[in-house]
Amino acid sequence: MAEDWQNGGFGLYIHWPFCQAKCPYCDFNSHVSREIDQSRWLRAYLSELDRVGSLTKGRVLNSVFFGGGTPSLMDPDVVAQIIERIRATWPTANDLEITLEANPGSVEAGRFAAYRQGGVSRVSMGIQALNDRDLQRLGRIHSVDEAKAAFDIARKSFDRVSFDLIYARQDQTLNDWQTELREALSMAIDHLSLYQLTIETGTAFGDRYAKGKLRGLPEDDLAADMYQATGDICIEAGLEGYEVSNYAKPGSESIHNKIYWRYGDYAGIGPGAHARLTLNGQRHAIECWRNPDRWLQAVDTGNGENVKNPILLTDQADEMMMMGLRLRDGVDLKRWENLSGRPLNPTTLAHLQDIGMIRQSGDLLIATQDGRMVLNTLLAEILVE
Amino acid sequence: MAYVAEPLDQQPFPSHIRLMTKLSKIRNFSIVAHIDHGKSTLADRLIQETGTVEDRDMKEQLLDSMDIERERGITIKANTVRIEFKAADGETYILNLIDTPGHVDFAYEVSRSMRAVEGSLLVVDSTQGVEAQTLANVYHAIEADHEIVPVLNKIDLPASDCDRVAEQIEDVIGIDATGALQVSAKTGQGIRETLQSVVDDLPAPEGDIDAPLKAMLVDSWYDAYLGVIVLVRIMDGTLKKGQRVKFMSNNTLHSVDRVGVFRPEMEMVDSLGPGEIGFLTASIKQVRDTRVGDTITNDRNGTTEALPGFKPAQPVVFCGLFPVDSSEFEDLRDAIDKLALNDASFSFEMETSAALGFGFRCGFLGLLHLEVIRDRIEREYNIELITTAPSVIYHIYMKAKEGEEPEMIELHNPADMPDMSKVDHLEEPRIKATILVPDEYLGDVLKLCQDRRGIQEDLTYAGTRAMVVYDLPLNEVVFDFYDRLKSVTKGYASFDYQMIGYREDQLVKMSVLVNDEPVDALSTMVHRDRAEQRGRAMCEKLKDLIPRHMFKIPIQAAIGGKVIARETLSALRKDVTAKCYGGDATRKKKLLEKQKAGKKKMRQFGRVDIPQEAFISALKMDD
Ligand SMILES: Nc1nc2c(ncn2[C@@H]2O[C@H](COP(=O)(O)OP(=O)(O)O)[C@@H](O)[C@H]2O)c(=O)[nH]1
Ligand SMILES: C[S@@+](CC[C@H](N)C(=O)[O-])C[C@H]1O[C@@H](n2cnc3c(N)ncnc32)[C@H](O)[C@@H]1O
Ligand code: SF4
Ligand SMILES: [Mg+2]
Repeated sequence: MAEDWQNGGFGLYIHWPFCQAKCPYCDFNSHVSREIDQSRWLRAYLSELDRVGSLTKGRVLNSVFFGGGTPSLMDPDVVAQIIERIRATWPTANDLEITLEANPGSVEAGRFAAYRQGGVSRVSMGIQALNDRDLQRLGRIHSVDEAKAAFDIARKSFDRVSFDLIYARQDQTLNDWQTELREALSMAIDHLSLYQLTIETGTAFGDRYAKGKLRGLPEDDLAADMYQATGDICIEAGLEGYEVSNYAKPGSESIHNKIYWRYGDYAGIGPGAHARLTLNGQRHAIECWRNPDRWLQAVDTGNGENVKNPILLTDQADEMMMMGLRLRDGVDLKRWENLSGRPLNPTTLAHLQDIGMIRQSGDLLIATQDGRMVLNTLLAEILVE
Repeated sequence: MAYVAEPLDQQPFPSHIRLMTKLSKIRNFSIVAHIDHGKSTLADRLIQETGTVEDRDMKEQLLDSMDIERERGITIKANTVRIEFKAADGETYILNLIDTPGHVDFAYEVSRSMRAVEGSLLVVDSTQGVEAQTLANVYHAIEADHEIVPVLNKIDLPASDCDRVAEQIEDVIGIDATGALQVSAKTGQGIRETLQSVVDDLPAPEGDIDAPLKAMLVDSWYDAYLGVIVLVRIMDGTLKKGQRVKFMSNNTLHSVDRVGVFRPEMEMVDSLGPGEIGFLTASIKQVRDTRVGDTITNDRNGTTEALPGFKPAQPVVFCGLFPVDSSEFEDLRDAIDKLALNDASFSFEMETSAALGFGFRCGFLGLLHLEVIRDRIEREYNIELITTAPSVIYHIYMKAKEGEEPEMIELHNPADMPDMSKVDHLEEPRIKATILVPDEYLGDVLKLCQDRRGIQEDLTYAGTRAMVVYDLPLNEVVFDFYDRLKSVTKGYASFDYQMIGYREDQLVKMSVLVNDEPVDALSTMVHRDRAEQRGRAMCEKLKDLIPRHMFKIPIQAAIGGKVIARETLSALRKDVTAKCYGGDATRKKKLLEKQKAGKKKMRQFGRVDIPQEAFISALKMDD
């Protein structure tokens, strides 16, 4: 029997926890720090690579993702040395994808060629908005012009450049967004990530929202209309929504992110990095120390991991469904049943099919576009015993 | 007559009771007051002043023994304490205080406790004046022929106005208040004077020690260690440990294991004589075997003359209690059985609801009683409950054949309403409600009563307060009338009621359909003229209470087959986490677990999840 993780592939996530400024909506593990000893960080990453490498010897690596924070603040040389070590540690797939998240400021723009040189094959840029007023309200430190310039430089170095936009912003109308999205599509190469603004607790927006001071956010109905329009407009431009918030030309989907959604195995290195790793046949959930200094210290004493738990098969089944229904291509029910040891409730499925939330095609369970819009509710309905 | 205290083994302190109690050295009394006027605090001070409880054992609201009583600051069971007071004449007097509940739900407990004592302290908050429960309770005292001593409390507060309140007592209640005691139960001012006045102004009990035993069963409750404890007032004769006694209402015989008094902890004594108040235990298993108001006498050569009997308390409000988790039905049965052991006024029978599964239809003395029982089940037995709409008992007269009397059926549950075509007519219970309210809110109160189908019977003034008396249908009151009254009068109104009997009216059963399926637990009886308005309000409420689903849900109110109101809950359109990468799996899993747990807390009706609180909240009217 093929090991479970092989269904989804094997990827490596590397977290860089620093940014130039903290955005008010962001709850990622990102910090603003004046002095960063890049050589110390390099040593730590390499040490972790060696440790994780010895646990996962011989596995074929499909992708690497430098995420953040703002990995485009890493010295290109640090990135290059990490990639070199990765290649020395695992056999890699022919189409190995190495993505680096970049902020579209002038600082970064100058580094793209060097990243390319070091082995990065794909860049994902956080452009977020195509008008300066909204960029400001999102607390971004770049302008639209800077972002466009950075994007143009990036595409000279890379065949694959994706960018992110955040929509359903304060005071944004459906029409505003449609216009902005069309402009984005005219720039786009083959991939876009389009996220609706999420108010996370513990962020500046979260606090403002709790006090009732974050006004003009769209009601659910408008947000739903925006989401629907997003899918429609992207299709016209040849980009298909292959995941809840991700749109690509066929064949240009992000290999790395698909590992997550197909519930494959992924190692995680860096502060707060998560992993799902099969070790000696048992799948584990792993989390590294979140605080950057704490993580460095832990790595110094040999291991950056903070939490490492075996995952119950039934929990694996839940996680697989949660991630998999995000994909346009759905979830393999046989694989799900193998994990959970039970079939899904057929009356529930019949009802959900009746109301147009799901469809089944062979062994695949697929959430329709309507279903994906209410995925959290849908999941609770499907998975409650 | 000597009573020798016999300490229980487990008693931590040696008993110091050496009673030589002549009738003339006994005073029995209760305290009547509106809620929050200071009854419990005053009782505490009286106990403390006489050294009945050591200072270090003193806790607040000593007589409120249940957690719920303490927390809510209300007294719901009658409690008693025996205190010794050395009066101005140098003699030591035995004072027995019975603390009675102040809330209207427990009016019956008040009235029976009153018959066990000879006098009352009428406590009135001197910053507030007479309130509805002051009146209701003082009438019980007057009915029981009490000597009444007015006590003006809270004189430590700047807003205290003793002259005004004394005058009001005279005007409204009609008793002399010129020499009213002025007290602060908080600071202790006037407490000795109060004790002295109990001795001087209240009558000593009467009784014949040589006559056969005649004792009144005042109250009873279950104790896990001692079995049923029976609170008694001795009228004649003596009650001794080891004695065989007869409960006259059912002629049951019991052997008395223990005789004692409350100080307020239980303390054993050998015997109790005329005029005394104490308790007995006799290996009685169930509170239901003891009838409040019963007469207890010797098994042989006992008295032939029973005390004038009391009617048993009748539940007036009914509702269904269902476990949220249907697998907890047996636990619920167990909890209800145990609670009923200790509360004879609470009735229950099994109920099955198409919507809610197995549960119990329970009867209560009123809404507070309902809430107290429900809280205790949830808290002490850890069972989450769905409470269905409270309902009163309707009398349904079925159509009869020519020349026959129509048969009457009691309807406890609107879901059981027979087909209207077979019904001749319906009657509903009515109450007389007394409301005292400051002038400026009078208009709102009248409107509220009018909206609830009230008929005004009286409107008078006492100073700046208006007193209105309304004849109201009980079903308009049991639910949220009191809440509404409090809210329209900013808490300044007081309210009390008594049942006055049944009257015919145009009542119909209104059913509610959610997603085209009737939800029996939401059926209610309404007046025909109000049905449409009520139906609309309920549908609107439900629309807010039921979370949006992935499909749209029609919500309808109907009488018979006819839909009288309708709302549509639109479909949920967006609920998805925009961003979800490797690191979010754990976080998302937590969200999923929360959602799954939330779903389990709701009940499914067809494909619709209805939150448990909806069954009550849907009926609240915020007009
Ligand atoms: N200032 C003041 N407060 C009092 C006095 N007597 C009682 N209280 C307060 O009034 C509130 C109600 O008292 P409580 O004894 O529980 O009233 P009950 O509902 O009649 O038993 C409590 O907060 C007491 O502390 C008093 O003489 N002076
Ligand atoms: C964590 S960021 C890292 C990328 C890079 N630091 C940047 O900001 O451009 C990854 C992406 O998540 C998206 N994102 C972060 N917080 C979000 C939020 N609260 N709501 C919606 N999208 C968000 C943004 O589009 C962002 O580009
Ligand atoms: S959104 Fe990107 S740049 Fe902004 S704080 Fe988060 S990780 Fe840093
Ligand atoms: Mg009290």
